[in-house]
Amino acid sequence: MLAVQHPLDVADPRNVPENAPEHCPGTESELAGKSAACEGCANQEICASNIPKGPDPALPLIRERMSTVKRKILVLSGKGGVGKSTFTAQLGWAFAADDDIQTGIMDVDICGPSIPTILGIASEQVHSSAAGWSPVYVQDNLGVMSVGFMLPSAKDAVMWRGPKKNGIISQFLKDVDWGTLDYLVIDTPPGTSDEHLSIVQYLKESGIDGAIVVTTPQEVALQDVRREIDFCRKVGIRVLGVVENMAGFVCPGCKTESQIFRPTTGGAKKLAKDMGMEMLGSVPLDPRIGKSADYGVSFLDEYPDSPATTAYLDIIHRIKEILGDA
Amino acid sequence: MAFAQETPVTRRLKRIKHIIIVCSGKGGVGKSSVSAQLALSLHASSPTARVGILDVDLTGPSIPRMLGLDGHGVHQSSDGWVPVYADGSEARLACMSVGFLLKKKDDSVVWRGPKKNAMIRQFLSDVRWGELDFLVIDTPPGTSDEHLSLLEHMAPVHDRLSAVIVTTPQAVALMDAMKCLSFTRAVNLPVLGIVENMSGYVCPCCGEISNVFSTGGGAEMAKQEAVPFLGSLPVDTELVTLLDAAEPEAAPGTSYEPHPAERGSFDLLDRYQKTPSAALFKNVVDEVMRTLPKVEEGSGS
Repeated sequence: MLAVQHPLDVADPRNVPENAPEHCPGTESELAGKSAACEGCANQEICASNIPKGPDPALPLIRERMSTVKRKILVLSGKGGVGKSTFTAQLGWAFAADDDIQTGIMDVDICGPSIPTILGIASEQVHSSAAGWSPVYVQDNLGVMSVGFMLPSAKDAVMWRGPKKNGIISQFLKDVDWGTLDYLVIDTPPGTSDEHLSIVQYLKESGIDGAIVVTTPQEVALQDVRREIDFCRKVGIRVLGVVENMAGFVCPGCKTESQIFRPTTGGAKKLAKDMGMEMLGSVPLDPRIGKSADYGVSFLDEYPDSPATTAYLDIIHRIKEILGDA
Repeated sequence: MAFAQETPVTRRLKRIKHIIIVCSGKGGVGKSSVSAQLALSLHASSPTARVGILDVDLTGPSIPRMLGLDGHGVHQSSDGWVPVYADGSEARLACMSVGFLLKKKDDSVVWRGPKKNAMIRQFLSDVRWGELDFLVIDTPPGTSDEHLSLLEHMAPVHDRLSAVIVTTPQAVALMDAMKCLSFTRAVNLPVLGIVENMSGYVCPCCGEISNVFSTGGGAEMAKQEAVPFLGSLPVDTELVTLLDAAEPEAAPGTSYEPHPAERGSFDLLDRYQKTPSAALFKNVVDEVMRTLPKVEEGSGS
């Protein structure tokens, strides 16, 4: 007998509350409150009764706060370390290069926030005012929010389970004084779990304009990225396109290009084609990108003539085009 | 400890001598490839060593692909789930991952914490590992549900647990590795040491070493935090290709292609041992073996 248990025989994950028991059938299910798993669940009575279920009380507040945000873009990837945060930062900087455009970056990678370091604002802290938490500003028109600003020390681990992570994400959306924004770019952690489900749930009413999926060329990464795209389809998020990072490396000694992460299965190009997505572009591996991220400076500004800069700018231009903002 | 309550997890893990958790705050630094290499090297360390590898990265399992086991399924026996053996009939390298339970390998696993917790408990209590010298556990990035669940369920066998932290040399990764180290301290998990991965890249054309992700950060961190440094591994394209494709590339011109079953020997291991990384990783394993008794003694008392 094959496959003992199919992990996928579960309710629509969006309908399973954060504090539900292991086999919760989902609040929208006919079995809600009646299945064996519901025994002992604090919400059993509410689910079993026929009273229409009220939405999360945070939702109207989030909708209110997000009503002044024009575009909400997610940066995703099933795999870690492919350059989601680096790309998010470059995207933020590139949008904010236009003084008239207000940009926000929200880092929902709760356990490993990299955005503050990459943007060079790691030592900043969040201040609160009557209007809510003020984002940390990199420049006048680029505001940032991350768990990284709230830790007593950068060394501290954030050992939180799902519900606590969801709580902070909801706060980032409803309690941060984002003001009027043209773009809100949301950087996510690897995987398809609590953070991802929560952000989708919380922004369901306000709407997400689309997701950018970042990958590297090797199959081990592509595998996870296919899963992430499958996730986007399941929850109904439009994928704007795929960005391939760390593609090819030009040796500074002899200028020969070699593949560090060989695309053994055709790389992102084939993945995009197979899944019917647009390939937004490939960014070559330039050691200066990583270095810029470590020092918290904008790679696009520091090395305007690098081929990677050209690739980034082309991709960003294409994203604006797809959104109809170019 | 003798009076500790027996749970299904402890019953299963009773016959496992050492449990090594491979972790890192950051994603994509090579946890899975280090886990795979650790399992292969431990397997090769003695002709009778029995090794298990458990992949608790539930939403992004990479171990099946790396060990060339993509598409395998798990069988149910009266005595629990039978792991997939990477070395075939020899059955000394047992492997378990969510990847084996999916209907289609590209299906996403969209689970919140409680569901992940249940799966991990099942992995620990229902898999028929048998007797193992080492169980290597590959974890997802971060310090969240999976990690807390693992430690919670394995608390009764805490004296056999230890961790290896993997990082890459750049500051952004080191910061997360530091968080991971703080986590191990908070939960009192002994650390065997730090491995610095992707430390430099050798140009295949001219041989010049480029530090694509900087270098030396892992060693520096180990020194600062007084944790053993297990070694640095450069980017090895041969290894990347081996673990990525996991299909033997038939040498051109060879017509004789032995059937996998009659190959007898463990093909992936043979090919792994030819990569430059294998030699370097041997030092890492030697270092692990040296610190393991010390660390376990410290936590067992």
